[in-house]
Amino acid sequence: MSGGDQPYGAEPEYDPQYYGPGYGPGAADPFAEPAAAPAEPASEYGRLVRLFTLTGGRAQPSRGVFTLITLITATQPAPSPQGRPLQPEHLRILRLSAAPIAVVELAARLDLPVSVITVMLGDLLDAGMITTRAPLRSASGPRHASNVGLLKRVRDGLAQL
Amino acid sequence: MPSSDTAPDVVKILISGGFGTGKTTMVGSISEIAPLRTEEHLTASSVHVDDLAGIEQKTTTTVALDFGRITLTPDLVLYLFGTPGQQRFWFMWNDLAVGAIGGVVLVDTRRLDASFAAVDFFEKREIPFVVAVNCFHGIQRYSPEQIRTALTLRPEVHISMFDARDRKSCRDVLLGLLDHVIATVSAPA
Repeated sequence: MSGGDQPYGAEPEYDPQYYGPGYGPGAADPFAEPAAAPAEPASEYGRLVRLFTLTGGRAQPSRGVFTLITLITATQPAPSPQGRPLQPEHLRILRLSAAPIAVVELAARLDLPVSVITVMLGDLLDAGMITTRAPLRSASGPRHASNVGLLKRVRDGLAQL
Repeated sequence: MPSSDTAPDVVKILISGGFGTGKTTMVGSISEIAPLRTEEHLTASSVHVDDLAGIEQKTTTTVALDFGRITLTPDLVLYLFGTPGQQRFWFMWNDLAVGAIGGVVLVDTRRLDASFAAVDFFEKREIPFVVAVNCFHGIQRYSPEQIRTALTLRPEVHISMFDARDRKSCRDVLLGLLDHVIATVSAPA
């Protein structure tokens, strides 16, 4: 995993949570509520922070198997954070998963590789801040696709489109 | 692992075919959201099917994945994945294929050979699939049987003509896939 090919030319928007206090315009309060973090997608400015710093250098999630279409839902009400400090990206994941959302969609909307998202989801799972719903096992391949009921639900749903 | 009971069921279908056969067009036609793209960075060490023999230097490859979503009912969501067409990314298809209902192989009759790899992929893994011939501008130059012969498709593989830009047309292709899968799993072994 390398962020080395990310564009470095564009000046990223100043984010106090990356740089700490005393830097940047207005030297914004680094302990401000996460809502103060810029909501614009990182792709608009390029990414200054290398991807492995988002994951603390980890390549695998601490636990949990996150497939591309595992659904993530933020726990309501949110438990108080504990353990590893949360990054702004963790908080964006929580905001996006107020309603159930698939792992691959989180990756696309945060403009981060799926492998980075899954590590961060492991953190949130450890902290009890998300619940997951795995895709139905019965939808796996021809030898396992014995759940005709599910297949018929999909067929009927498509017919209604 | 805490599990959510209120979240909907999720299923996926793979849309594959050679470069330029209309995968992204089809996903865009039928998805309820604008097609999204996610990218995965891979180093050569994980690209074990890549032909890098003799090249010791590590290279980074970026694989883009286009996908869309259809909420079929409030408790059932279908994701469509446009799979990277190149054979060198087959290791990634493997991950994608796990748990998929089946696949659609898109064919452009001007470049039949571009879709060989996709047919091969589904056949080798015994993933049920249908072939959909993208008829640009309503032009249909070959009969389904000519296409079956050219792609050496088994008799049971369903071939349909469609327009990737038309939502109903895309829907019918997916319906055809579901009918095929249901018939396959319902048949006595």
